[in-house]
This record gives sequence, C-alpha cells and structure tokens, in this order.
Amino acid sequence: MHSLVFIKQVPDAAQVRVDYETGTLIREGVPAIINPFDKHAIEAAVRIKNEFGGKVSVVCMGPPMAEDALKEAMAMGADNAYLLSDRIFAGSDTLATSYALWAGAQKIIQEEGPVDLFWAGKQAIDGDTAQTGPGIATRFNIPLITYVVDIKKVDPENKTIEVVRLVESGQEVMEAPMPCFLTVEEELNTLSYAPLPYLIRAAKTPVKLLNSSNTEIDASQCGLKNSPTKVKKAFTPPKRERGEMLEGDSLDAILNTLYEKITPVLKQMGKVQ
Amino acid sequence: MIKHDISKYKHIWVFVEHENGEVARVSFELLTKARELAKDLDCEVHAFTVGDKVEQFKDEVFKYGAKKFFIIEDPILKDYMTEPYRDSIVYLIEKYKPEVVLIGATTLGRDLAGTIATVLQTGLTADTTALDIDPKTKNLLMTRPTFGGNLMATIFCPDNRPQMSTSRPGVYKAIEEPVKGEVIKEKFEFDKAKYTKKILEKIIEEGEKVNLGFYDIIVSGGFGMGSKENMKFVQELADVLGGTWAASRKAVQAGWAPQTRQVGQTGQTVHPKIYIACGISGAIQHVAGMKSSDVIIAINKDPEAPIFELATYGIVGDVLEVLPKMTKMFKEKLGKA
Ligand SMILES: Cc1cc2nc3c(=O)[nH]c(=O)nc-3n(C[C@H](O)[C@H](O)[C@H](O)COP(=O)(O)OP(=O)(O)OC[C@H]3O[C@@H](n4cnc5c(N)ncnc54)[C@H](O)[C@@H]3O)c2cc1C
Repeated sequence: MHSLVFIKQVPDAAQVRVDYETGTLIREGVPAIINPFDKHAIEAAVRIKNEFGGKVSVVCMGPPMAEDALKEAMAMGADNAYLLSDRIFAGSDTLATSYALWAGAQKIIQEEGPVDLFWAGKQAIDGDTAQTGPGIATRFNIPLITYVVDIKKVDPENKTIEVVRLVESGQEVMEAPMPCFLTVEEELNTLSYAPLPYLIRAAKTPVKLLNSSNTEIDASQCGLKNSPTKVKKAFTPPKRERGEMLEGDSLDAILNTLYEKITPVLKQMGKVQ
Repeated sequence: MIKHDISKYKHIWVFVEHENGEVARVSFELLTKARELAKDLDCEVHAFTVGDKVEQFKDEVFKYGAKKFFIIEDPILKDYMTEPYRDSIVYLIEKYKPEVVLIGATTLGRDLAGTIATVLQTGLTADTTALDIDPKTKNLLMTRPTFGGNLMATIFCPDNRPQMSTSRPGVYKAIEEPVKGEVIKEKFEFDKAKYTKKILEKIIEEGEKVNLGFYDIIVSGGFGMGSKENMKFVQELADVLGGTWAASRKAVQAGWAPQTRQVGQTGQTVHPKIYIACGISGAIQHVAGMKSSDVIIAINKDPEAPIFELATYGIVGDVLEVLPKMTKMFKEKLGKA
C-alpha cells in the first residue's frame, strides 16, 4: 500500500486576530502549523501502512519554510517528504494549485512507484475552499470521496477500500476501487504521539525538493497570472459593536427590559401586535 | 491558462440540489438571488439538474422564477455520485454555455463544484456570502470569508466562463415569483464501466435535517447548558418564540444535539433577526456562523465571555435560571400562556 498525502502549511487561524485600525490580519507571532484536517489524513495513511505494509509519501506546496510541516509529517510516520516550491506558483488559485500538485505528484509517482490512496484534509483552515482535493482527483481521473469520517475496511488484494462519509442528511458507507482520492474530517481518528524511531528518522531524512526545473510542470498553468480567479479586494468584516449589558434589581426586571428592547423586532416579524 | 471566448456565454444557471426526492432549500435561495443578478446582466435565470427522476421538480423551480429547466435523467444518477454527476453536468454546461453557474455550498455542492470547474478549466469561488455584478465590467463579484471569517475577499473571474461559485445556505431569502417555464431534457451517454464507486449503505439521521437558515429566531445552546436534558430549556424558548433551536460544536460533540443543528464554521451559517446564545463562550469558529444576525442576545455566567463583545444585549447569569423564567415571561407576553 502506497499512500500520498497532500498537506498544506497554514497560519493557526484560531490565533489570527484582526487589527481594526488598519483593517488587516495580525499574523505576527502566529505559529505556522500543518492544516489540522491534513494531520488526520497523515495519521490514517500511517495506520494503514502499519497494518498492511507499504509506505507513506507526503507533499506540500509552499515556501521553503513549509519544510517544517514536512518534517513534522515524517515525525508522524511518513516515510518520505517532498516540498514543491517555486516562485512560479505564487498567487495560484485552486485551479492552478491543483494543477501544480497534480504535476508534482507525477514526479513522486515516478520516484516512489504507483499510489493506491491519495489523501488530503477536507479543506484548509486559511482558505476554507475545499476545492483543491477534488481538483487533483479530477486531474488524476480517479474516484473521489470527500468528508470521510471512518475507514471501515481496506482490502489490498481486491484493491478496494470501504469508508464512511458525511452527507447533508447523515452518512454514507461507500466502497471505491484503489487508486482513489479521499478528503478527510477531523473525526476520522485521534492523533497518536510520535514514537522515537519516527522522530529520529524525521531528523535524518532530508526533504526532497521539487520545482519547475526537475519536474514537467508547465509554468503557463501556474501562478497568479494563470489563475482564472483574481482577488479584487480583501477587507476585514466590520466589527460588531459591543452592545448593552442588561442590568437590573432582579432577573424579572432584566427580562422585562430585554422584552421591551426586542419588541420592535418582534412586531416587525408579526409575533406581537 | 486556457482563456474562453466569453462573449459566447449567456444566462445564469442555478443547480437544483436534491436528495430523496426533495429539493434543497438553498437552490430556491439561489434562484431568488439569481433573479436579482439577472436584472443587472440583462439575461435569464435557468435551473439545471441531473438525477433519476428530476422532471418532478419543475413546478418548484418555475415557482422561483427559472425560465428554463435543463435536465438529464438516468437511473445511474439515482444517488448522488461525484463522477456521473460531474460528467453529465459538464455536458450540459459545455452545450449551453451559461455565463454564471451557482451551486449551494453544501457537502454535495462543494464535492461537485470543484470537479466540474476543473474539467471546464474555469474559476470557482467557494462558499460565498455575497454576490454582485460589477457595473462596469459586468463580471460577477463573489465575496467570501477566509481565515475563519476574519477576512473577507472579493473574487472575480475575468477571462474564463462560466463564472462559478458555491454559496452558503441561509444567506439569501427564498422568495417566490412564478413564471411559465420550459423543461429541456437532454440525453447523456454514460460509459457505465467508468463509474466504479458504490454506495453500500445510507444512514439517515432521522427527522433531524434542519435548515437553520430558514428561521428568523434561533435559540442556541452551548456547553454551558450542562447536559443533554437541559437542552430542553433552549427548545422550549424556541417554541414559544416560534423559532428553532441550534447548538455550538461543543454541545454537538457532547452528544446534546445532532450535527445538523450546529452553527458555525463547520456547521451552518445563520442570519436570523434574533439569535439567542445560551451558555456559549463565543469562539471565533462559532461566531463565524452567527455574527451577521440582526440582534444577538447572549446569556452567560461569565461577564468576560467573548460572546458579550458582539452581543446586542448581554445578560450575565445562569442559563438554568434565566431560560425557564424567560420562557415563562415571553409566553405570557406573547399571549401564548
Ligand atoms: C477547525 C474548527 C472548527 C470549529 N467549528 C465550530 C463550529 O462550527 N461551531 C462551533 O460552535 N464551534 C466550532 N469549533 C469549536 C470552537 O472553537 C469552540 O470550542 C466551541 O464553539 C465552544 O463551544 P461552547 O461555547 O458551547 O463551549 P465553551 O467554550 O465551553 O463555553 C461554554 C460557556 O458557557 C458558560 N457557562 C457555563 N455554565 C453556564 C451556566 N450555567 N449558565 C450560563 N453560562 C454558563 C461558560 O462561561 C462559557 O462561556 C471549531 C473548532 C475548530 C478547531
């Protein structure tokens, strides 16, 4: 079993704050982390390797500092790691990103052999688009299963996998032939602690670099210029003003005040005369 | 990048999402919004879908103003499956060349849209909360939150068509405006051997598929409610106010409410006239889903709780004491006692 996991290094969105004076995000001091959903994809791939043998490769597209994310992925049990990094990728939208990752993956397949399972988190917590995984799967022309919450069965002999995925009305148990592409939810598993041998291997194994000079990536499909979507403007949403704390001698008094305050809204909705 | 001859594309298309013979409400919301955009673009609103038996939805889509309803029917499309849906929809879009394609940002819609846009080699903007037409260029301006709602970005797609977006449920109101529409049936030859994925089982969460975006009043319970039993206080107040109840993710994870009632970044986005947050701290992921409510009322025993930073009215107190009293008083005042 060979898994290839697509990961992204992101700023810890929970720690990003807004500077309302300048209307920008405050990212200073905010740690760069592996996108939380992607960690669960790595964990799942490593568990499957531990059960059935094989290996786990990871790839991350990003600036040189994204190497940290790949080192961490190896500490979680990935066997080899690729950093896809080149100026020509700057400003890529999801269509261009899925192209670059797909093209980079071709090179990894040449080096590491065919892949049975492709993995990604269901979305990145900075962009929140959930589009890159489906885009890569489409380029590979393999089955896609999104929002995976459970792996029920892996059958290496018949080359099938059975998973549970979330849908609007509940869940679906789905079977797909391998190779296939899975995007995963956090509920999929709980992360394990990195055992010492993984940590040692991560420290010793270099991250391999991929760029436009050592892959077949077509520069005319990457970067800001070749992305169909462009950002017209970015802005911080207006801050909601801190409202009124209702105080009074008794809870009854407070609730009476509240009722008076919202009566106009209730009237508007036709709930009161 | 492939640029398309954009002059060849016309009309706004809205995807009619359906499951178990029922249309998702977001499709009606998008049809309503599309009518507004169509005025600026001087074009028509059309609906489209694929499935096993989908012609039955025609009356509903015409009721929301779609002048044409493009469909492909085939038993292979009975249950939603990414690849056959993708291929047949791509066929429709390539044949009729709509200028704009809108899809609900549901689990199904987000699964589908990315694959369609990749085949069509066009731009797709995820999870938008506002759509406008640029008066000068007539491009679609798609505004979406990123960084958990901390930053908004307005995206456009100047050189490729269709301009595609998934839009959050609950952002637009569904308003009827019936027209006499026309059904256009197409045929697509599926290469059945290509579709190798199988649904083995569907687990439907009974009776709990709620579209929170439909309600003007939402009473939401958080971890501060203390137990599953106590969630009844939230439900009772919602009943008295004629609204519905919801929950934070922590309450969902504790098993006090189904996931389908979760508000927030990983739940539903809501914008009711009144949102009552009970025992909810106000974490950014929760706030991302409810901060555009008109009036926010927060009840929390911690005066420092971040939810008070954005609440219109705050009450410091124990929810287990405040809620029953509030329900009783509002019941009397609303003449429901
Ligand atoms: C990737 C990601 C996505 C997420 N998505 C979502 C999402 O979609 N929706 C969501 O809600 N969360 C989401 N979360 C979780 C979020 O970060 C918070 O953990 C969650 O919103 C907290 O829920 P809470 O406010 O109910 O609980 P808590 O944070 O535990 O707050 C409970 C509050 O209740 C108050 N309280 C306790 N007892 C009482 C009482 N008797 N009376 C009155 N007040 C009382 C406390 O003072 C406290 O403020 C997400 C997190 C991550 C990492």
